[in-house]
Amino acid sequence: MPVVERAGLKVWQRRERTKQLAIWFGWLAGTALFVYCWQVVSDATTWAFFWDAPRIAGDIGGRMVPPRWSYVSRIWQPLWDTINIATVGTAVALVLAVPVAFLAASNTTPSKTIVRPIALLVIVSSRSINSLIWALLLVSIIGPGVLAGTIAIALRSIGFVAKLLYEAIEEIDHNQVEAIAATGARKSQVIAYGIVPQILPAFAGISVFRWDINIRESTVLGLVGAGGIGLQLEGSLNTLAWPQVSIILIAILLAVLASEWVSAKVRHAII
Amino acid sequence: MSTATFDARRWRPPPLIKNARLRWALGIGAAIYFAIAIGSLQVNWLRVYEGLDRGWAFVLAFTEPDFVSRWVDIRDGMVESLIMTVTSTVIGIIISVPIGLGAARNIAPLPIYLLCRGIIALSRSFQEVIIAIFFVAIFGFGPLAGVLTLSFATIGFLSKLLAEDIEALDPAQAEAIRATGARWSQLMNYGIQPQVMPRLIGLSLYRLDINFRESAVVGLVGAGGIGATLNTSFDRYEFDTSAAILISIIVIVMIAEYSSGMIRARVQ
Repeated sequence: MPVVERAGLKVWQRRERTKQLAIWFGWLAGTALFVYCWQVVSDATTWAFFWDAPRIAGDIGGRMVPPRWSYVSRIWQPLWDTINIATVGTAVALVLAVPVAFLAASNTTPSKTIVRPIALLVIVSSRSINSLIWALLLVSIIGPGVLAGTIAIALRSIGFVAKLLYEAIEEIDHNQVEAIAATGARKSQVIAYGIVPQILPAFAGISVFRWDINIRESTVLGLVGAGGIGLQLEGSLNTLAWPQVSIILIAILLAVLASEWVSAKVRHAII
Repeated sequence: MSTATFDARRWRPPPLIKNARLRWALGIGAAIYFAIAIGSLQVNWLRVYEGLDRGWAFVLAFTEPDFVSRWVDIRDGMVESLIMTVTSTVIGIIISVPIGLGAARNIAPLPIYLLCRGIIALSRSFQEVIIAIFFVAIFGFGPLAGVLTLSFATIGFLSKLLAEDIEALDPAQAEAIRATGARWSQLMNYGIQPQVMPRLIGLSLYRLDINFRESAVVGLVGAGGIGATLNTSFDRYEFDTSAAILISIIVIVMIAEYSSGMIRARVQ
């Protein structure tokens, strides 16, 4: 027990001295790292712009109101495209993510030495790269448009869905699987009757969760030319049409709130 | 011995949605929706076909990524991204702890609760890139706009999860501290903080991870980091350089995820 004697009295302390010192040095190193990083950021900044910021922000804010309400009629089509990108992209991702998840889960993978690492690599690659970067890449490969956005959303979502799904597969109750296997079921029947019913609620929850995230992400894909309402945002920003920008931001906000509401309702109904 | 004959009735597992009518309605509705949605995809198949070569070139580029010819750009961009990640995560944590306390209904009065929830909702509704566009317009080009963007996004994420954690904590411990006559600050320090600390550390490490990934994106709109280099390499069709950058991002994310997993396993 960490006790020190001070003037003949035993004083209890929370930690041993060496541990306390180690923690203290940890904080020192962390603070030094932060100060150094801040220094670098600060050197790369034109501080005159920073101090001018409130005026600029007020200026932009002033130009954004009142919103140009007549512009609303022009954003229904892009908004519909945005929802399609998110929904179709999620659907494609779900179809592709299921086999990846089964190959990656340690209790269903056919080979732990070869197939599982490949599946995990697919998952981490898909997760590490933001959908906007996938979109950037796809726009330069297959050209601008809704298709590039849809594929970008799908590629980004595969890793997310597969990761959560394979974790769910690894946490299933093995008694049920064993019971099905004991009836003489084939491998495919074991999966269909022993594993799928156990992960179905998790799968539904993950799908809706990812769909909600994809609605958010698809609102910005247009910034790199991949379709949806982001195209309108990019156009309005480039022409400094701030009243249109505020309309688009309101539309995005409403779409995000609606998708969050739907996903919360559906997840509540499942769980 | 008599042999009994059974109906060849087939057992089916219970469906996820119990109400048959709702199940069919949802299924048919989804089918119609997908038909319309896929029908409204306007695809220039000629352009896609032309692009296939480039797509294949990109896949091939992953087998021989070119770290060398743009090494200085890649290194500077990566270092800047990492620096932005650290700075924004620290600033984000410092700001999001008080907001998280304010957004927990069990310890905050109603006006403060509503204010903090409003900040969180604002931060969570918009993608980092949209915030970055505005911050670049307001604060000028460079990593500062990126740092502020990521800090702002961190607030929405950390405060929300921290507030939910505080709302779910064991009230008995806080009550015990309060019964000793503790001040508000002592109540926070001895009643609340020890209960949420492990989760706060875990969430902060997770956010560090996310901030690194996002720092690659905010560069696309001029807010500093590796994104600008990546964008340039795509625009110039230098797919071997893009592959090198993407591989670097993936490797750093893997290292960060692995080490944060180890730290989280220790504190939780």
